[in-house]
Amino acid sequence: MSALAAGPVLATLHAGQASTGEAILFWVLAPIMVLAALGLLLARKAVHAALAVILVMICLAFMYVAQDAVFLGVVQVVVYTGAIMMLFLFVLMLVGVDQSDSLVETIRGQRWIGLLAGIGLAVVLAGVVGRATFPPATGLDSANDPSNPEGLARLVFGSYVFAFEAVGALLVTAALGALVLTHRRRLTPRVGQRELADARVKAGAVLTPLPAPGVYARHNAMDVPALGPDGRPLEHSVPRVLRVRGQQADEREYAARIERVLAGEWAGGEGSTALATTTEAVETPGSDENPPPHARPDVGAPVPGAATDKPAQEEQG
Amino acid sequence: MSLVNYLVLSAILFSLGATTVLLRRNAIIVFMGVELMLNASNLALVTFSRMHGNLTGQVLAFFVMVVAAAEVVVGLAVIIAIFRTRKSASVDDVNLLKS
Repeated sequence: MSALAAGPVLATLHAGQASTGEAILFWVLAPIMVLAALGLLLARKAVHAALAVILVMICLAFMYVAQDAVFLGVVQVVVYTGAIMMLFLFVLMLVGVDQSDSLVETIRGQRWIGLLAGIGLAVVLAGVVGRATFPPATGLDSANDPSNPEGLARLVFGSYVFAFEAVGALLVTAALGALVLTHRRRLTPRVGQRELADARVKAGAVLTPLPAPGVYARHNAMDVPALGPDGRPLEHSVPRVLRVRGQQADEREYAARIERVLAGEWAGGEGSTALATTTEAVETPGSDENPPPHARPDVGAPVPGAATDKPAQEEQG
Repeated sequence: MSLVNYLVLSAILFSLGATTVLLRRNAIIVFMGVELMLNASNLALVTFSRMHGNLTGQVLAFFVMVVAAAEVVVGLAVIIAIFRTRKSASVDDVNLLKS
């Protein structure tokens, strides 16, 4: 008998009034939503505000499902939480996450006026809702007869099909508008590989790779300058860091040997070394533009490759 | 529990969103306040739909969602365009017409 009595009671409950489970759901979700909305109002960082709004929207989806609006609940999650709020987050990342609000009031007392207006709006709305008398709730059981999406589809594609078409046109227009608004016209000509190469040639840079240290020298360590085709050491073959630190090999010993080679006495002898020292003494004053810390006697100032030395060094540096 | 509770919650959320629009300076947060107001109105529409046993309220909420999506796309594009030229997303800095 009790089951028979409980049946209609439950049916009437389900028709209009909220069941106990729904009441519990509401009283759990509502404080969370209000707190999250306050978080939107008070959060210092924009990302935190966005997360609070996402929380509100997910709670709203739960409420829609609890209120027999299953389709809207799903659409709320997909469209609002999944698309719109992610778009917000993208724009936040584009604009800058650390963009916090300025606290300077451009209009005097705007904060308090705004707060007062918000409280006033809340009071007015609550007053209207409280004073209105609502008919006994009907419930959506008959409207949702086969299912909620089918009932919605019957309305959207029946009575409101023109509004639906207009909304489609609006979406296309909005997408085009966003494209136009974020489009940026190119003001400078595009710089590609060919233009970069032409600019380098025009600036007189060394087009070939720079010589590696130690090539054709007696040692192939990093600090030994390579020898050019004329037998002179190439300064810029030693890495710039070593040159700046003064860690390149002492050229004095190489210079003597090179001078011997250049003088045509491969085997070496007293006369040739004397010649080498005299040429050193002559060439030392006008040697080079960057003398190393230990006053190394530079070897060949008027080398044929000296013209290309300067841009090469600049480019290495 | 009466269904009016949903309406009261909707009113609270709406006024919180409106206060956000009035108080905050960051244009993106202002936009989120607008979204909160739209969501609150959607909750009211769904509740009305349940009260009257009529799905039209839900259809209207659906259209509100679509229009809100379009509005967000255009609004965020405007914010980005302003940010590119003014290097700022604060609504106070957009005062070119002042003086």
